[in-house]
Amino acid sequence: MRVFDSRLWLCYNAAARWAMERQRKRYGDVHAMLQVRNLHVSVDGQPILKGVNLVVRQGEIHALMGPNGSGKSTLAKALMGHPGYEVTAGEVTFKGQNLLEMAPDERSRRGLFLAFQYPVAIPGVSLANFLRTAINVRRKAADPDDKGLPIPEFRRFLKAKMDLLQMDHRFAGRYLNDGFSGGEKKRAEALQLAVLEPDIAVLDETDSGLDIDALRVVSEGVNALAGPDLGMLVITHYQRILNYIKPHFVHIMLDGEIVESGGPELALKLEERGYTWLEGKQNGRGSG
Amino acid sequence: MGESALETLREDYAEKYGFHDPESYVFKSRRGLDEQVVNEISWMKGEPDWMREFRLRALDLFERKPMPTWGGDLSGIDFDNIYYYVKASERQEQDWDDVPSYIKDTFDKLGIPEAERKFLAGVGAQYESEMVYHNIKKELEDQGVIFLDTDSGLREHPELFREHFATLIPPADNKFAALNSAAWSGGSFIYVPPGVRVEMPLQAYFRINAKNMGQFERTLIIADEGSYIHYVEGCTAPIYTSDSLHCAVVEVIAKRGSRVRYTTIQNWSNNVYNLVTKRAAAYEGATVEWVDANLGSKLTMKYPAVYMMEPGAHGEILSIVFAGRGQHQDAGAKVVHSAPNTSSKITSKSISMHGGRATYRGLLKVSRGARGSRSSVVCDALLLDERSRSDTYPYIEIDEDEVTIGHEASVSKIGDEQLFYLMSRGLDEEQARSMVVGGFIEPLVRELPMEYAVEMNRLVQLQMAGSIG
Repeated sequence: MRVFDSRLWLCYNAAARWAMERQRKRYGDVHAMLQVRNLHVSVDGQPILKGVNLVVRQGEIHALMGPNGSGKSTLAKALMGHPGYEVTAGEVTFKGQNLLEMAPDERSRRGLFLAFQYPVAIPGVSLANFLRTAINVRRKAADPDDKGLPIPEFRRFLKAKMDLLQMDHRFAGRYLNDGFSGGEKKRAEALQLAVLEPDIAVLDETDSGLDIDALRVVSEGVNALAGPDLGMLVITHYQRILNYIKPHFVHIMLDGEIVESGGPELALKLEERGYTWLEGKQNGRGSG
Repeated sequence: MGESALETLREDYAEKYGFHDPESYVFKSRRGLDEQVVNEISWMKGEPDWMREFRLRALDLFERKPMPTWGGDLSGIDFDNIYYYVKASERQEQDWDDVPSYIKDTFDKLGIPEAERKFLAGVGAQYESEMVYHNIKKELEDQGVIFLDTDSGLREHPELFREHFATLIPPADNKFAALNSAAWSGGSFIYVPPGVRVEMPLQAYFRINAKNMGQFERTLIIADEGSYIHYVEGCTAPIYTSDSLHCAVVEVIAKRGSRVRYTTIQNWSNNVYNLVTKRAAAYEGATVEWVDANLGSKLTMKYPAVYMMEPGAHGEILSIVFAGRGQHQDAGAKVVHSAPNTSSKITSKSISMHGGRATYRGLLKVSRGARGSRSSVVCDALLLDERSRSDTYPYIEIDEDEVTIGHEASVSKIGDEQLFYLMSRGLDEEQARSMVVGGFIEPLVRELPMEYAVEMNRLVQLQMAGSIG
């Protein structure tokens, strides 16, 4: 097993951040794919998010950490446009457009992706059939005359993605999330991420409910997809997924606000000291 | 009836029976059913006396039997306002202008080509089917298989016909079986000799001459020992007809060790009362499977039955109904275990939307002495909105202790979470709903011959698109 040297990573990371900062100063914030400003969200009239600020660019991996109930998943669902999550204030732009005006399917077709914490089952619909439909509705939205991806081509494409994630090809024939184990569900989400090739992906508690082996497999899959074209927001309760997926930025959410942002060292600090040292930081401004 | 319809009818009969007498058609345009009309039908067909008498007895039973008070609302049927024969010819003569606008709109939404629309709406004939039928018939004849329309079956194989006809569903069975017995016309007559396996599904639409899919069709299938046949009737396309009553009877006799699968896909226009009696007898070690998909119609009442007469018989019923706006689908299944070690399985799926109503009505009966019998019943209902309705009436009569019975029922709705999940992958709401519904019926679609499976999926889209407009 490869031993990961965290100090080396920190150096690398600092360099990468410095490069990005410099680029931003020189060219303006052209890579700000997803920009969240002062976002307030209520669920059933109950305020959950209380002014979230966050910027995710292509090529960046952000980790969003925080205790249960701090609003992490609410942010994920609100970004994707879940009808039960009401935005009461703030704005979100995605590639310069107002994301909040778009229906969930439009957000998806424009390149936003959410890997669900609890993906629902769609019995009778095979993963392959589902993915082909998802690809074809995108193509159709881009070009109304599109006739859809030919099946042989789709099969080749899907197999390549499954190989990338080291998945058994037979998996694609199973009904979507129906009777899947926790690990299988998360791998299916990773496959969807791979196939749909979004610009920004939000991974909501992708590590929850996974044993250590499953966590490693899923994380390797996510790492295989990471690259200069994909920005990721990895939401997690535990630090352990960050042993596998290396973020450039770490944010800590408490009670609906991002109270602290920093580099990967923040996650290590959190592991050592827990969340208690951050109490009293509410109403501070998070920066991303 | 239009002049041209008469012309077609005349030619048809002239060709089939060498009968040509324009004057006699005066009777044909009369509505309603009475002794004179029944005699006329029988005479037109040149039937033997026993059949004419059978029809007349059935007419008497039909008139005396009260309307069923259970199931759906039958009060809209006006028996006196129905033409009891010449239906098929009339159907072919329909005018595109008479096709209801909602059906045309649906075609528009789905982008179906012009030529195909006419066929779908029942105003155009399917070409080349005669040729296809001819080739298949030759192949079947070499195997000794009889595949005819039922009228020809009676004429060409009188003894075989009489031995089995109405043995499972006598006219006295129910009011609509009596009506069919009095007025029947068309349907399929099939005999498969011992040990013969008919590998390709036999499809009713191969016989798309004026005899196909009549209003009072009557089908009789006899599978001799150790044989196999899969019969497919109907068409996934919406069948537009101005006739308001479809009342069929289907009898299937599966002798020792044989296997019969009977697949029905029907999508009647929304004015039709679809009242069908289907019953099969499975003898020692035989298997009978009904795969039954009902879409469209105003009211469907249909409960395919399997009577397991001898040890080791197996009955399986896979039923699916789709109840849209203004529709009531009262469907289900009956299994009767009359011998030891028989087994049965009922799978029922219903979809209700836009105020439609789906009812599962089933009977599971195990007679005394049918030891070691097993049965499982699964009913799943999917409601697509709050206004729609689903009911389940599973009747169970067990007169034997040593049996294994399982029964499961579920009612589900398309969850907001399912829609959100699919939409988060780029499907719009309508596509997301279609996908959930498509998945729900997948276990049935999987059982269909491939071309029907493709059509069935399109049909679901059609139903959903039609209901949204």
